[in-house]
Amino acid sequence: MKTGTLKQILLITDGCSNQGEDPALVASLVAEQGITVNVIGILEDDHTEQPEGLEEVEEISENGQGVSQIVYQDALAQTVQTVTKQAMTETLQGVVNNELKQILGSEKTMEELPPEQRGEVMEVVDELGETCDLEVLVLVDTSASMTNKLPTVQEALIDLSISMNARIGRSRFAVYQFPGRKKPIQQLVDWTSKLDSITSIFAKISSGGITPTGPALKEAMYQFGKKTLRRRFTRDDYTDIEEA
Amino acid sequence: MITQTSKKPDIQLRKGQIVKGKWHRHHYHVVKKLGSGAIGAVYLCVHEKKQVALKISKQSASVSSEVNVLKSFQAVQGYHLGPSLIDVDDYQAQNGFTYSFYVMEYISGESLHDFIRRNGHEWLVSLLIKFANDLHVLHQQGYVFGDLKIENLIVSRKPVQLRWVDVGGTTLQGRAIKEYTEFYDRAYWQCGSRKADPGYDLFALAMVILRVYYPNGFTKGSNPKKTLEQKINQAVAIDPLRKLLLMLINNSITEAEQIKDFLLNYFIHQKSKRDKRRRHQKAKSPHEALYPFLEIGSILTIGGACYLYVTFFM
Repeated sequence: MKTGTLKQILLITDGCSNQGEDPALVASLVAEQGITVNVIGILEDDHTEQPEGLEEVEEISENGQGVSQIVYQDALAQTVQTVTKQAMTETLQGVVNNELKQILGSEKTMEELPPEQRGEVMEVVDELGETCDLEVLVLVDTSASMTNKLPTVQEALIDLSISMNARIGRSRFAVYQFPGRKKPIQQLVDWTSKLDSITSIFAKISSGGITPTGPALKEAMYQFGKKTLRRRFTRDDYTDIEEA
Repeated sequence: MITQTSKKPDIQLRKGQIVKGKWHRHHYHVVKKLGSGAIGAVYLCVHEKKQVALKISKQSASVSSEVNVLKSFQAVQGYHLGPSLIDVDDYQAQNGFTYSFYVMEYISGESLHDFIRRNGHEWLVSLLIKFANDLHVLHQQGYVFGDLKIENLIVSRKPVQLRWVDVGGTTLQGRAIKEYTEFYDRAYWQCGSRKADPGYDLFALAMVILRVYYPNGFTKGSNPKKTLEQKINQAVAIDPLRKLLLMLINNSITEAEQIKDFLLNYFIHQKSKRDKRRRHQKAKSPHEALYPFLEIGSILTIGGACYLYVTFFM
C-alpha cells in the first residue's frame, strides 16, 4: 500500500484570530487539499481554567481533520511530538479504513473488526507510520503575547525534529511565523530535514496586536505547492535513500 | 492539565461496575483504579475469582498496538517479559461509545521507591542484575522497552524481582521510540538519538536508578551530561553502582548483558579481595595466639629474678 507523503500544518498559538477569513473555514479548505491542520494552544502559566480565545483551537483542528491540544508551556515539547504522531496515525487509519471499505464492503471500519483482525490491521498502520514520508509546516503565532513563549517553542521544534528523524521514513520541516511584515506569513526556516541546528529563529519578530490566523493558514497551504514544484528539479536528492 | 479535544470522551469505570466484552462475552468486576497513563487507565478487576488488570482506552488503535506487543512476548517461553495477556475485547459504554480494552495478569508488588526505602539501597544491585537479564532477552527478541520509568516498574515478591507492568512504549528495534518520558529520555539529555536500540533502554535504566536517589528529579541545566555526572557522583555511594551509572550514560555499555557481567565481576572481585584479607589475618593469628604465653613467661621470669635477688643478696 502506498500512502505518499503525509502533509501537516502545525499551528502554535495562544489566542484568538482577529483579522481576515474565519480560520476554521480555511482549515476545512486546507484539509480538502490533503493537508491536515493540527493546533496547539498555549496557556499562560497563571491560567487555571480554559481561557477565552482558545475555543477556536478545537474548531480549527476539527475542520482541518487534525488533532488539537491545549497545554502549559512546560509540556509543549512533548505535546508537539504527540500531536504530530497522533495526527499521522489518524490519517493513516483513515487511509486504511478506506481500503477496508473497498475490500469488505460499505461501512466496515477498523473499529468494527473483531479484536484479533484489528490487531493485524494495526500492524500495517504502525508499519506505515514508521516508513511513510512526512512534511510538517510549523506556523507560529508571534503576536505580542507570544514573545516570552518563543524560546520554548524553538526547543519544542528541535525536539520534534529529533523524534521524527528517528523514524525510517523521511521527514521535512519548514517554519513560518505570522503575521509577517507586509505579508500574512513570513518564512523563518525553509524546508529542511533537520531542525536541530536552528538558533534564535524568532529573533526578529514583529510584535503587533493583530492575529490573522485565517489568512496565515491559507498562505501556508501554498507553501506545500511551491515545494512540490521546486522538487521536480532536485528530486534525485533522496529517492534512493528510501529504498535502502 | 492537558485538554485533549477529541469527540469521544475519556472513560471512567466505577468501583463495582461490570465490564462485559462485546466479542468474547467475559465479565470483569471492577475493584479499583490502579493508575492511568498516556493512553487509557488500568483497573484491578476480578474475573472468575481471580485478580486481573484491565486496561481500557478511547484509542482503539493504541490498544491494538499494545496487544500486538504483549502477544509477541507470549512467544518467549520461560520468561516473564511483561504481564501475560488474558483477553482482548470491546466494551460498549452507557454513553453509546465503544472502548477497546485488554486484560492481563495482575502483578502485585510495591513501587521501587517503597521497596528501597524499607530495604536499603544495597538491593538495587541484585534487582538490577536480574532485570538486566530480562532486558537482554527482550532485546534479543528484537524489541526495545522504550518508556522505561519508575512508574512502569514494580517489585514483586517471591522471588524479589523488578518487573515491568506497562508495555505501551515497546518498539521494534530500528524504529522511532513510540512513547517516552522526558526525564528518562536519552535525546532530552542530549546523550543520543530517539531511535530504538538497546542503548536507549540502558540509558533509561540508569535514569530509573538515579530517580531512586532523586525522587523529585532535577532539571538538565546548560550542560546536561555534566549535570548527570555531578548528580551521580553526589548521591550514589555504592561504588560499583556509581561506576555502572557513569558507564551507562556515557554509552560505554551497549548490551544489557554487560550490566550483569560488570556487577557480578565486581562482586567476585570484591569477594576474592575480602578472602585475601581474611587469609592475611589468619597468617597473623599464630603470633597473636602466643601473646598470653609470652605475658605469663615474662611475669614468671621477672618474678623469678626478683626472688633470686631477694634470696641471694638480702
